[in-house]
Amino acid sequence: MLDTITSTGKKATRDGFGAGLKHLGDINDKVVALCADLLGSLKMGDFKNAYPDRFVQMGIAEANMMGVAAGLATGGKIPFTGTFANFSTGRVYDQIRQSIAYSDKNVKICASHAGLTLGEDGATHQILEDLGLMRMLPGMTVINPCDFHQTKAATIALADHHGPAYLRFGRPSWPMFTEGMPFEIGKALHLSEGTDVTIIATGHLVWIAVEAARTLEKQGISVDLINIHTIKPLDEAAVLASVKKTGCVVTCEEHNRHGGLGDAIAQVLTTQHPAPQAFVAVDDSFGESGKPDQLLEKYCLDEETIVKAAEHVCRIKNA
Amino acid sequence: MTDIKRLEDIASQVRRDIVRMVHRAKSGHPGGSLGCADLLTALYFETMKHDPAFNMDAADEDVFILSNGHISPVWYSVLARSGYFPVEELKTFREINCRLQGHPTTHEGLPGVRVATGSLGQGLSVGLGIALSKKMTDDSRTIFCLTGDGELQEGQVWEAALFGAHKQLDNTIVICDRNNQQIDGSTEDVMALGSIGSKWAAFGWDVMEMDGNSMSAVVEGLTEAKSRLGKGKPVFIVMKTEMGAGVDFMMGSHKWHGIAPNDEQLEAALAQLPETLGDFAV
Repeated sequence: MLDTITSTGKKATRDGFGAGLKHLGDINDKVVALCADLLGSLKMGDFKNAYPDRFVQMGIAEANMMGVAAGLATGGKIPFTGTFANFSTGRVYDQIRQSIAYSDKNVKICASHAGLTLGEDGATHQILEDLGLMRMLPGMTVINPCDFHQTKAATIALADHHGPAYLRFGRPSWPMFTEGMPFEIGKALHLSEGTDVTIIATGHLVWIAVEAARTLEKQGISVDLINIHTIKPLDEAAVLASVKKTGCVVTCEEHNRHGGLGDAIAQVLTTQHPAPQAFVAVDDSFGESGKPDQLLEKYCLDEETIVKAAEHVCRIKNA
Repeated sequence: MTDIKRLEDIASQVRRDIVRMVHRAKSGHPGGSLGCADLLTALYFETMKHDPAFNMDAADEDVFILSNGHISPVWYSVLARSGYFPVEELKTFREINCRLQGHPTTHEGLPGVRVATGSLGQGLSVGLGIALSKKMTDDSRTIFCLTGDGELQEGQVWEAALFGAHKQLDNTIVICDRNNQQIDGSTEDVMALGSIGSKWAAFGWDVMEMDGNSMSAVVEGLTEAKSRLGKGKPVFIVMKTEMGAGVDFMMGSHKWHGIAPNDEQLEAALAQLPETLGDFAV
């Protein structure tokens, strides 16, 4: 199955959001879009141009944007907010907590430039804590798609998924490889069948995990490769079925090792099927300026780290 | 012709409800609740078009948002007295497994509440979002939002002030409860607000003043505010009230912001407030 996963070119996940949002504008007149002065960065221009009456420029005022979105949802609209991931979560956590999550408002919080790969802007903008923040909110759906197509599919799916949701995507051009693959909120995507080690990845790290899996297969290590795009609610059945088969797991995410995908998986395994786990994630630090590839290497979110992590958990399992 | 006496009688019962609820719960916020009893009575029994059957989306209804959610007792009383839920439920205020949470929430399914409030500064943004949705759907009804004066110290309020004026949300009336008190003392000592009206006028709102503890002044003021709608500017009312209004020993101090009366204080308060609609049973 790994052989069939091929990149058909590169586009940014945020472009997938923009395309999905425009499509929603075409088919669902309840969908409205709010943006906090980052129209171009969020790729919301096509929606705005096609549906100016359903686009709301909010200015650099994210707290108010979250409240206004809650109000629009109260009135029956389906608001999609757009700004950087940092300003979509940490900056407005209490607004999301009280006015959206606790109030069960049907608001879709759409966040670009998540993680290290926004690059040169540095750590003020490179949030690595957002998945944890949003996972902790009761009732919040949390989705971190891996490429253009999956982000587009997730955006479209969210309009029919009632309740508050956080959609996390990024800045860089990134390999596209999920076209034609199924997408269902809360359902893991099984990319490759294997028996020796489970690799579970989310977001940009999925493509890197695909490449690591190819290397491991060449070394004779059979990889069960799973893409978890929906971190909450988590597809526990898929995780357990895989780890019961392989006996060990590596989790991969562009996020602090605290609070993200790895934590979510560990909680499932420790309570239901304990197994050796390695965390490919940022080791409790902030990021810094640099090229995306340089940052992924420096912060150990690269192919080599995943391969070593897989070898490591296999050794523990067999010890 | 508005029957002011009828509204005053309702407000007296609402004030009884407030002190009895807070006394029974041994916690809560009586001061601001008493100060705003006339306003909420006028809104729900005279000014607003609203349906106690309660539809979340408020289509073709006026909407009230209580941004300063800690004065939940006055809102719960007025909602119950206008038919949103049984008056007897007021006795459950702040109890385990109740819908009348310390601060208002949608989470327990209480009819009449459209968003949780309590963490200050957030209600106006939500109200403006509902106002915008009404504009988008050609719904000509009005959004009323009550905010505390101390609450204006929250930065989000001023983001919302910019937004309301910029989007010309002239279907919105914000009422600021100007009682000059907050938890730690006078607003002007804690963090001076100065001329609130001048500030909102500078932000592009149509500003007026109103005596919030005279029923006739409240009814007239709300009528005047509604007449100013539809002219390109949202309306902001500086509503002067006395914290604790209606109970003499609770007035004129921030002391009664967030404490409950004891048994003797309850009796002293109730002696000043005629029972007009029948107290809720305990």
